[in-house]
Amino acid sequence: MRIVVPIKQVPGTDTVKMDDQTGTMVREGVEAIINPLDLYAIELAIELREAHGGEVIAISMGPKQAAEALREAVAMGCDSAVLLSDKAFAGADTWATSYVLQGAIRSLGDVDLVICGERATDGETGQVGPGIAAFLDWPVGTYVCAFEGFTGGRAHLRRMVEGGWQRVAVQTPAVLTVVKEISNPRLPTLRGKQRAKTMDLPTWGAADITVEADKLGLKGSPTRVVKIDRPKIARACQKLTVSDDQTLSAAVDAVVELLRQKELV
Amino acid sequence: MASEGVWILAEQFEGRVLPVSFELLRRGRELADKRETTLSAMIFGDTIDDDGLAELVARGADRVVVTEAPELAHFRVQPYAACMSGVIADYEPEIVLGAATTTGRTLLPYVAVKVYAGLTADCTSLDIDPETGNLLQIRPAIGGNVLATIKTPDHRPQMATVRPHSTRPADLVEGRTGEIIRSAPPAESLVSHTEHLEFVPDESEHHLEDADAVVAVGRGIKKAENVSVGHDLADALNAALGASREVVDRGWLPYPTQIGLSGKTVTPKLYIGLGVSGTIQHLAGMQTAETIVAVNTDPDAQLFNVADIGIVGDLFEVAPALAAALRQAKEGSAT
Repeated sequence: MRIVVPIKQVPGTDTVKMDDQTGTMVREGVEAIINPLDLYAIELAIELREAHGGEVIAISMGPKQAAEALREAVAMGCDSAVLLSDKAFAGADTWATSYVLQGAIRSLGDVDLVICGERATDGETGQVGPGIAAFLDWPVGTYVCAFEGFTGGRAHLRRMVEGGWQRVAVQTPAVLTVVKEISNPRLPTLRGKQRAKTMDLPTWGAADITVEADKLGLKGSPTRVVKIDRPKIARACQKLTVSDDQTLSAAVDAVVELLRQKELV
Repeated sequence: MASEGVWILAEQFEGRVLPVSFELLRRGRELADKRETTLSAMIFGDTIDDDGLAELVARGADRVVVTEAPELAHFRVQPYAACMSGVIADYEPEIVLGAATTTGRTLLPYVAVKVYAGLTADCTSLDIDPETGNLLQIRPAIGGNVLATIKTPDHRPQMATVRPHSTRPADLVEGRTGEIIRSAPPAESLVSHTEHLEFVPDESEHHLEDADAVVAVGRGIKKAENVSVGHDLADALNAALGASREVVDRGWLPYPTQIGLSGKTVTPKLYIGLGVSGTIQHLAGMQTAETIVAVNTDPDAQLFNVADIGIVGDLFEVAPALAAALRQAKEGSAT
């Protein structure tokens, strides 16, 4: 089984610091990591290879530094990796990102499964997985929380949906997007780290995959970010500070009284 | 033909029109009125309940295009996308809104690629640019620390998924009229490589999304064993227990409890946050709660900005005391 795992390098913290003067993200000193949700996709891919044979290829579109994320994926157990990096790819929205990734997947030849994390923790769109499937004309199983088996070229999946779970059988080749419940990501091994350090990691640009230039990057992206605001949110908050038993009981009384007024108790 | 009209993707389950469709009608009606155009709904399924279709009209749709076939009974991306692309080709909508449900968040990106449309995920607010008439799609970004406004200058339709529960359902207007158009899809649109096997309902008692009261725990809870403090207060209030992303990322509570942009959106009558700092990512999932109480040792915690009462104090003192007081109040009213 040949499996491709598209991953993304993201800032390593949830509590991104913002520059109040410029309203932009402070990137200095912020470590870059593999999108945490992609780890679950990598783990499932490795487990499937261990069970059925084949290979796992990690790919990532991004700046040169994204090679680090790919080396980490190899250290975890992916067999090889390809970096997709080109000035022409810059500024891509989810449409143009899916477009480049599917171009790379086509160039990799016969692929049975593409496994993505449900979404990236920075952009949080979850649109790239289904987008790749649409370009390839493949089915996509989203929000997959259990891989129940693989028979006759069909993947049996359990999807986490509103009010329960949908069980489906998807004919490969197919794209899956997985949620946290799917696996317990392993840590990189020492041997894996050594292999990752010394391995050949090819970089493909626009010329190395079959894509049309006017569909790349910002130019190929239908959407534009036109404004970034620091959100203003405010209610008249009655603040009560608890420092001893007396202030504690005053605070508790105030809450109970409010809930009474609103008929919540 | 120039693209025209605002459309929503209505959803059904086993033939019943889902309420999230009515939320989209409220969003869609506002946009259609600003653009001085019509609001239409498209819906895909097998045999869809007529009362539900009539309700789409009564709640604001001027037109409902119904595509029915046995192959569309359960959501499967390929036939749904083919049929939806067909409706878009036939009617050339200017704007298409879907719900940010598991269906909407799978189908819309698939269709957006097929028709080369712009798509913005998980919008919390939508507007029309008064100058250009473009759809302004507003969503939290960068871990919820900023609000990004996104537009689609040239490509049509302009598509967006909208957070469920981020607005109320459109009001029902008795006697409102509209057109219901039924179409049978061509056979080639119904091909699928996915077989629906079964739906397994979640029988657990408290559905976070539907709960009247929610107690949420944040990183201030410090470790998994302390989640019981949240459970106990939730019990006293007959509330569902939720969590911030930090808590779920650390594995202290499972993902289905996660509230926020990347988890669930809740609109309860009462929300109590224990040790929840209130990142915009979290606020996006709960700030429409009617009454908000925040407990945090940090007086600058952002959750205080949206709270009605903010208690600056140790949740391990406040939560048990509050639980005890609420139980006492309940007993008092019972006697």
